[in-house]
Amino acid sequence: MFVPGNNPAMMQDAFIYGPDSIMLDLEDSVAMAEKDAARLLVYNALRTVDYGDTEMVVRINPLSTPYGKKDVEAVVKAGVHVVRMPKTETAEEVHEVEREIERVEAELGCVGRTKIMAAIESALGVVNAYAIATASPRMMGIALGAEDYCANLKTQRSPEGMELLLARQTIVVAARAAGIDALDTVYSNLNDMETFRKEVELIKTLGFDGKSIINPRQIQVVNEVFAPTAKAIEKARAIIAAIKEAEARGSGVVSLNGKMVDRPVVIRAQRTIDLAIASGVISKEDVL
Amino acid sequence: MNTMEERKELIRAAAAKMGKLTYGGETQKVDTPRMQLQRQSPKLASLEEAIKGSGLCNGMTISFHHHFRGGDKVINMVVAKLSEMGYRNLHLASSSLIDVHEPLIEHIKNGVITKISTSGLRGELAKAISHGLMEEPVVFRSHGARGSAIASGELHIDVAFIGASSADALGNACGYSRSENAKSICGSLGYALPDAQYADKVVILTDDIVDYPNTPCSISERYVDYVVEVESVGDSSKIASGAIRDTKNPRDILLAEQAAKVIINSGYFNDGFSIQTGSGGASLAAVKFIRESMIERGIKASFALGGITAHMVKMHEEGLIDRLIDVQSFDKVAAESLKDDPKHQEVSSNEYASADEPGSAVHYLDIVILSALEVDTQFNVNVLVGSDGIIRGAIGGHPDTAADSALSIIVCPLLRGRIPCVVDEVTTLITPGSTVDVVVTEYGIAVNPRRPELAVRLAKAGLKVVDIHELAQRAKRVIGDAAPLPFGNKVVGIVMNRDGSVMDVIKNIEE
Repeated sequence: MFVPGNNPAMMQDAFIYGPDSIMLDLEDSVAMAEKDAARLLVYNALRTVDYGDTEMVVRINPLSTPYGKKDVEAVVKAGVHVVRMPKTETAEEVHEVEREIERVEAELGCVGRTKIMAAIESALGVVNAYAIATASPRMMGIALGAEDYCANLKTQRSPEGMELLLARQTIVVAARAAGIDALDTVYSNLNDMETFRKEVELIKTLGFDGKSIINPRQIQVVNEVFAPTAKAIEKARAIIAAIKEAEARGSGVVSLNGKMVDRPVVIRAQRTIDLAIASGVISKEDVL
Repeated sequence: MNTMEERKELIRAAAAKMGKLTYGGETQKVDTPRMQLQRQSPKLASLEEAIKGSGLCNGMTISFHHHFRGGDKVINMVVAKLSEMGYRNLHLASSSLIDVHEPLIEHIKNGVITKISTSGLRGELAKAISHGLMEEPVVFRSHGARGSAIASGELHIDVAFIGASSADALGNACGYSRSENAKSICGSLGYALPDAQYADKVVILTDDIVDYPNTPCSISERYVDYVVEVESVGDSSKIASGAIRDTKNPRDILLAEQAAKVIINSGYFNDGFSIQTGSGGASLAAVKFIRESMIERGIKASFALGGITAHMVKMHEEGLIDRLIDVQSFDKVAAESLKDDPKHQEVSSNEYASADEPGSAVHYLDIVILSALEVDTQFNVNVLVGSDGIIRGAIGGHPDTAADSALSIIVCPLLRGRIPCVVDEVTTLITPGSTVDVVVTEYGIAVNPRRPELAVRLAKAGLKVVDIHELAQRAKRVIGDAAPLPFGNKVVGIVMNRDGSVMDVIKNIEE
């Protein structure tokens, strides 16, 4: 969930809605004149607000601006989980951010703590998606930023999202090839939950791991769409139980109802359980 | 023979025995067409004539209602006239006072008003009183307590000035109008009904004099001494909003969802249950969630009570709530429904929430959702004084419904910006913690230790039940310890409990 980095009340409250990840923004939602103040606020929010288990991400300004390096320094020092790079076009840009993070982490003595997520928001970025996704072992995900991408493509967003199809599929394929997460762009019309739901259904079908949102009201829709069905959860549980049983027997071969269970099936089952937990359908305790 | 003449002696004898006169043989008959006659009603008067005729003297008690909310013009108009007529030292007893009554500050300064009884104070008037404007402290009562005090004579009203959306020349008055000239609609006049019933003199002020009979009516002509036609009783756009308001505030929606889950899993969510909610965003949103669950489970409510909203009306019309008992119509939809639907019943504040009236509706209320400015770790609630020490709210029916319902739920955010709402001790005690069962915040649900069975049920349903001390601690971790408020030593307000005892005092706040 995107939260403006210059709004203390929203930063403080974001956690209560139960998003999987909170992204405090220092880039587009913060005016030039407020960049320093927002950086200070975000730094202090990360250090003082109790965000529980929520993954904390900060979207920094590009390193090419006067703010980028200061942003990296502040948020890495504050212990952010993930630095989100805006408008990423090349692997080299990832390397630059990685070097900055490493420099700060070395000072702190915690090298390797901070992950990177890159937002791809241009045609060049889409073309380089795989190179970006594999640019660093710190890469945990790539995300589509549709507004800038559409502007760059000389088109505009439509309710059906045809203009985004190639970018979305390229990003999912690149992320899968790199073994990291693929995250979809925001949908900003809060009054049109129908189209939002259709878009979430579409990106789920395309293979995305999640959807960026701009308001807590969108959480429920994403959770509902991504939540596995009761039948799927039941099946996944049976598979997980079979794995545990096989482990207990010391056997490497997992079988369920007399049939051998293939590895992709095991992976899908685990993913179903993870999704069920993330979307609030079952609790962690239920799995144990 | 049995003629009148022959019976004359017998009639005389019967009259003498009964101590009565004998009939004179002539009855005066008025042949004026009745439409014309009612316009000659002796009750019709100018405001000044009505005041003079009422026998109002310096030092007496005058009363008003707040059903016209932010649009009210009656209080300011009447008090300005009293000032102009030279009245001094009056006790103003209103069901509540709000921002629009700021002009009263001048009338307090010039000695027209020297004493106030009310359920609430807001805006500049509240600020000035908090800073010590009045010599005598304001007496605060809940709606139920006010009704009781008026009925018992503890709060004796000499002259009640009651604004009405319509009245006929004899004084049959309503909070709505069926005429073409209708200028305003407020719906229920519930808070004014005890005034009408118990005041020595009653003056109705209306901007819509309608043909007799203005029935069905809220206030019967038998209680009314004067009917004053005025240009306008209030700004209709500020009296009642037209549309159903749905909050889009995500925190309100979250709180509402949690409150609804508490209700659904409380053990009180059964067929025939009764419910009261407020008009705040979270309360309204909670009603929506409850509605969905009622439909899903096939549960119907016997009645909804208190301030009635468009949401409640909708559920009533859908058959989900059998009766509406309305002391205050919160919006135009509710007011129109009161006018047109016989199962939507207007009640006086006594019948609504009096502790002393055996049949008051709160005694039969299962669930109430309430808000709060502050809740403390003893579950005490403050809805009157802000955490800056300035009066900024109203008691309303808060303590009445909390005490008499089977399940009282307080919905309030843990933090409002930099202000903590769960604290160690409330600034002012309004609703005792012994009557509060559940506190719903965005960081968890606290259940009063007096209700362990509730805590078990809610936890079982997967709700996040937390210790209220934990919530207070969490608020402190975010905000830190607030500097103590600069209270002075003058008592500016007295809070009465609904049993007639004095519960708390409010001290003046220094600049």
